Amino acid sequence: MTMALLEVNNLVKHFPVRGGVLNRVQRKVHAVNGVTFNVNRGETVGIVGESGCGKSTLGKAVIRLSEPTAGTIKYDDTEITALPHADLMPYRRKMQIIFQDPYSSLNPRQTIAAMLKEAIRFHGIVPRDQMDDYITDLIAKVGLRTDARDKFPHEFSGGQRQRIGIARALAVKPEFIVADEPVSALDVSIQAQVLNLMMDLKEEFGLTLLFISHDLKVVEHFCDRVLVMYLGHVVEELPCQDLHAHAKHPYTRALLGANPIDDPDDRRPLTVLKGDVPSPFDPPPGCPFTGRCPKVRDVCHTAMPKLEPVGEGSHRAACYALDDA
Amino acid sequence: MTTQPPILTVRHLTTRFRTDRGVVTAVDDVSFDLSPGETLGIVGESGCGKTVTSKSIMRLLPSHVTIIDPKSEIMLGGVNLAHAPEPVMRTVRGKKIAMIFQEPMTSLNPVFRIGWQLDEALKQHTDLSRRDRRKRAIEMLELVDMPNPERRIDEYPHQLSGGMRQRVMIAMALICEPDILIADEPTTALDVTIQAQILDLMNSLKERLNTATILITHDLGVVAQVCDRVMVMYAGRVIENAPVRDLFHTPHHPYAKALLESIPKAGRKQQGARLPAIKGIVPSLFDLPAGCRFQDRCAYKQQRCVDVEPELVDRDGTARPVRCHFPVNTTDLTVNATGQ
Repeated sequence: MTMALLEVNNLVKHFPVRGGVLNRVQRKVHAVNGVTFNVNRGETVGIVGESGCGKSTLGKAVIRLSEPTAGTIKYDDTEITALPHADLMPYRRKMQIIFQDPYSSLNPRQTIAAMLKEAIRFHGIVPRDQMDDYITDLIAKVGLRTDARDKFPHEFSGGQRQRIGIARALAVKPEFIVADEPVSALDVSIQAQVLNLMMDLKEEFGLTLLFISHDLKVVEHFCDRVLVMYLGHVVEELPCQDLHAHAKHPYTRALLGANPIDDPDDRRPLTVLKGDVPSPFDPPPGCPFTGRCPKVRDVCHTAMPKLEPVGEGSHRAACYALDDA
Repeated sequence: MTTQPPILTVRHLTTRFRTDRGVVTAVDDVSFDLSPGETLGIVGESGCGKTVTSKSIMRLLPSHVTIIDPKSEIMLGGVNLAHAPEPVMRTVRGKKIAMIFQEPMTSLNPVFRIGWQLDEALKQHTDLSRRDRRKRAIEMLELVDMPNPERRIDEYPHQLSGGMRQRVMIAMALICEPDILIADEPTTALDVTIQAQILDLMNSLKERLNTATILITHDLGVVAQVCDRVMVMYAGRVIENAPVRDLFHTPHHPYAKALLESIPKAGRKQQGARLPAIKGIVPSLFDLPAGCRFQDRCAYKQQRCVDVEPELVDRDGTARPVRCHFPVNTTDLTVNATGQ
C-alpha cells in the first residue's frame, strides 16, 4: 500500500457562538465532528457535500489555516497538529490552498508579479537573480500571457483569476494542495479549461490534492477517491469509479439521484429527500441524516454509526442500514 | 405541442445599455416563439444575454440606461410589450407573465411577512376580499409543499431556509395563474437535494397549470431533464434553437456541441482523461469581431466565418434554426446550403 502523506485522525472543529450580557459561549457549531481519513502521496481525494456540511472547514483545518478543536493531523509522518508557528513554516510551504472566489482572495492593489514574489522570497524558493525568469515561467505554466505579470487582479476574467490563484499556490513548490471549490464560480467552458490545467500540473509536479466541491460530477471526473460529508461527518468513502455502482449510504445515493442527468432520453424522477439539512448547532446524538433518511430505524437516533469498511478495498460507510442497501 | 399557435412571439429583440464606455448591445436580434404549456430553456455562459432577454420581456431593466430597439417585437395577445407603456405592463406583470429570480433572499422583501408579499399580486390583479386573498395565499403555499403554511404565512423571509424561500417565490409567481412563467436560474443558489425538490415541484405545477415556462439556466443536466426546446445564446446572439433531444444528440452549432462535450459525464469515469474544453474566452461585447462571434474559439473556423457573420437560419426546414456557415452533425443537405 502507498504511504499516506496526510493522516487525519478524529478531527473535530467547533465554532463557539457567544452572546448574552457576559458574552459567554452559548452554543457551538459542530462544523467538523470527528473525521478520520488518509490522503496518499500522488492521490486526488475529493470531499463532496452540501453547504454547511463542513467540507471547507475540514480543508482549512488539515492545513492549519484554522486550528482544530481536537484530533490529530500527521503530514509525512510528522504530527503537525500542535506545531508552534516557527516549526510549522516548512509545512506552510509544502501545503497550499486554492480558494473558490479568486477575486476576493487576491490583493487588488498588488500586481501579479509582486504577489507571487512575496511568497517566493519569503520561502527562499529561488535566488534573487533568477526571480524574474521563475515568475515568467510560472505564469506561462498556468496558461496566462507574459504581460499578465504587471497587471492587477481586476484586469482579468474569472477563469484567468483562478489561474492566478493556481500560480500562487504553485509558486512555492508545494507537495500538497487543498483546492476549495476551485471551479464552482466559473462558466462550464472555463471550468473544463481549469480542471484540465489542474490535471496537467498535478502530473507535472507530482502533486497530491484534496479537492473540495459540491458538484458530484466534477469530483467523479477529477478525483481518485471521494469522501461524502453530511453535517460534520464523513458518511461514506469510496473510489470514484465505484461511485455509481457501489455507493451504499442512503445520503450518497440521494445525492447521486438528485443530480439531473444530462440526457433528455433518460428522464427519470429525481430522488427527492424531504426537508432541509438540520442545524449544526448542538446536534442531537445519532445520525444527523435521520430526519431525511428513507431507511431510518430506531437505532439511528441513539448514536452516530461508525465509518466501517464495506467489502474489499478502501470503501467505508457509516450507516446501520447498509445490509439492506 | 408546436401545433398550437405560440402564446409569446419575440422578433428582433435588441436591447442596448448606455455605459461609461459607450453603448453596448447586450441582446442582439433575438427571435423565438413560446407555445402554451411548453418549457423553453435558454442556456449560455455569463454575459451571453439570457437574463437581459427575460428582463426585456418583463420590462424590468432600468429605463434611464436601457434602449430597446424600435424594431423589437414582443407580442403577447396582440400587444407589443417591447414598447408598451408602464400602465399596460402593470396589467401584464404577475397576471400574464410572472418571474422567479435566482437569489430568493434578495428578491423577497426582508421587512414584510410572507403573506403580505403573496398578497401584493392578488391586490393588484383580483377583486377578492381580504379574507379570500389570505385563504388563496395559504392554498398557494400548500400547493408549493410549504410545511405549516398557516404559520409560515406570518413569518419573515429570514425565518425560512433557502429552499423554502424559493418555494415562496414560486408561490408568488403563480398566485394569479399567469400564462407564462420566466424562471431565471431558479435552482442555481440551492444545494442539489433542494434543487431536486424545486425541479420536482416545478414539473408537477407545470402539468397541473399548463403554464408555458422560460427556464434560464447554465446547467445542461437541468435542461435535459425538464425542457422541451432549448435556445443557446452566445455573446448576445441566439446561435441555435432546437428541440431538446435534437440539441443533445446532434447539436448543429460548434459552440453548442463543444459546450455539451465540456461537461463531465456522470457514471462514465475514465482515469486521468481530460475534458474537451473550449479554448479561449467569450469576446467582450465592446469589442466584437466582424464575422461570427464564436470564430476565435471555434474548431471549424474558415475564412468566411471571419468575413461574414452568419444569419440565424432554418436550413432544412426542421424548425431548428442555427447561426453558422458550417454547421456540424448535419446531412448533405447543409453542404449544399453552405456552398450557395
